[in-house]
Amino acid sequence: MPAMQAVHVRELQKRYGATRAVNGASFSVEQGEIFGIIGANGSGKTTTVECLQGLRKPDGGEIRVLGLDPQSQRDQLRHRIGSQLQESALPDRLRVWEALDLFGALSPKSRDWRELVREWGLTGKEGAAFADLSGGQRQRLFVALALVNEPEIVFLDEMTTGLDPAGRHAAWELVRDVRRRGTTVVLVTHFMDEAEDLCDRIAVFRQGEVTAIDSPAGLVQRYVNASTVRFSHDGDEPLSLEGCPGLNEVRREGTQYSATGEGPLLAHVASRLAAQGVYPADLRVERATLEQAYLRMTEAEGAAV
Amino acid sequence: MSVLRKLAWVEVKLFFREPLALIIAFAFPFFMFFVLVGVFGNEADSDPEDIEVWRGGGPADYYVSTYVGLVMAAAGLVTLPLRIADYRERGVLRRYRAAGVSAPVMIGSQVLVASAMSVIAAIGIVVLSTTVYGTVLPESWPLVIAGSVVGLLTFAAFGVLLGAVVPSVRAAQGLGFSLFFVMLMISGSGPPREVLTSSMRMLSNVLPLTHVNLLLQDAWLGFGWSWDAALVATGFFVASGVLAARFFRWE
Repeated sequence: MPAMQAVHVRELQKRYGATRAVNGASFSVEQGEIFGIIGANGSGKTTTVECLQGLRKPDGGEIRVLGLDPQSQRDQLRHRIGSQLQESALPDRLRVWEALDLFGALSPKSRDWRELVREWGLTGKEGAAFADLSGGQRQRLFVALALVNEPEIVFLDEMTTGLDPAGRHAAWELVRDVRRRGTTVVLVTHFMDEAEDLCDRIAVFRQGEVTAIDSPAGLVQRYVNASTVRFSHDGDEPLSLEGCPGLNEVRREGTQYSATGEGPLLAHVASRLAAQGVYPADLRVERATLEQAYLRMTEAEGAAV
Repeated sequence: MSVLRKLAWVEVKLFFREPLALIIAFAFPFFMFFVLVGVFGNEADSDPEDIEVWRGGGPADYYVSTYVGLVMAAAGLVTLPLRIADYRERGVLRRYRAAGVSAPVMIGSQVLVASAMSVIAAIGIVVLSTTVYGTVLPESWPLVIAGSVVGLLTFAAFGVLLGAVVPSVRAAQGLGFSLFFVMLMISGSGPPREVLTSSMRMLSNVLPLTHVNLLLQDAWLGFGWSWDAALVATGFFVASGVLAARFFRWE
């Protein structure tokens, strides 16, 4: 069974004193996948990935990473995984190239630091001390360090925290590149757009448990069925969309129409408009985002508690 | 082994980029030594009381061995604990650990570098004091070298222990500097032991630097190997080492 699975977690338990940080989480990550872990602060995301990397000892449950136990077989595992840890740092006066060179030397195989500097947009900063880097540059250096040993799985924990929007999108592109080279990516994030854009599948954590695992589209569909169709029309006669299957509500503000409903709403609306001889050039559908689905999910769970 | 070498080399470079480390390891002991020797000179006095205070030599002869001890204490009381606490507090240790650096290699690189810097500072003090003040060279080189090894080990273990138990960098600074200045004042690198009050001398007997200094001074001035001092210093080394191994934390 777990031969093709990069990560296999069953009934993971981890307590800190009386606090149950992880309480029976189970999931698996396929090889070559970008797997997202999302959830509120304190929902057990970071603790879980730290257990996967052998940095914390679980109190119960089973973990296999590349078929190995991260605790008892840590030495075999550590050179095959890459870690970008949350809340870690480097010595203040350590220079960018020295960090990459040092971390490369810690592993039997490693990539040339010059390549990584170029890929991760640190050209010109090779000789800069860690303390003099901006937040975004530090973050990029950490991701580069996580990849210096050509890992089979890389764990990225809050990878884009501190990056500006352009930096985040550039980082996403690089993560896709990493996967294209065959590396499995486990991505912990609290940015829903990041998870939606990058991940093949996402595990939603809540109070140490996994409450849902699905593709981003699957999660959206599961929790927010509705979509909104928008178009503009400036005829005097109000348009009628009544009887459109799945339609819940139509709103009109000046020339702008918006219709919300479920199912294949766009196709139905288009056919109703065409029947009336109306062909709006800007007819479009807006699907709910993962963020909306996530908020819906947490509301629903909050209500259930 | 290559990991240890690489890590140690990086730490050497970092050491020389850190002004505080340089001040504590080099500037401060040199300054203190030359102030004291500047004040007291190196004339062996004929006054019998003075002969007893300076153990038969000149003041500079008396101090040179205690400053070899002091630079080791600076490494163990300030450099090592501050570095370890800082790396732990800021997540540097976590980062190294995730990359597969083991605790012995991590600690080993720190100890190697701090000890190497102490040796360089000690050699600097001896060279300058012999050339400037004409202080005596060790009566017995083998015993001074043996005493130095005991001193280095004692303060390396003590420094790792301090680094392991302090909760924060601020605590490391407070505790490390306090211990350093107390030892500087009453362990033989400040006023000679002979002129200390009896309660001061009692306090000084529980401090590791007192014994390291006695061990070095006896060997230096021709009083031979002090088994008492060697035993107490070794006791500090073993106890600190065991406790440090027990209490070391990555985060």
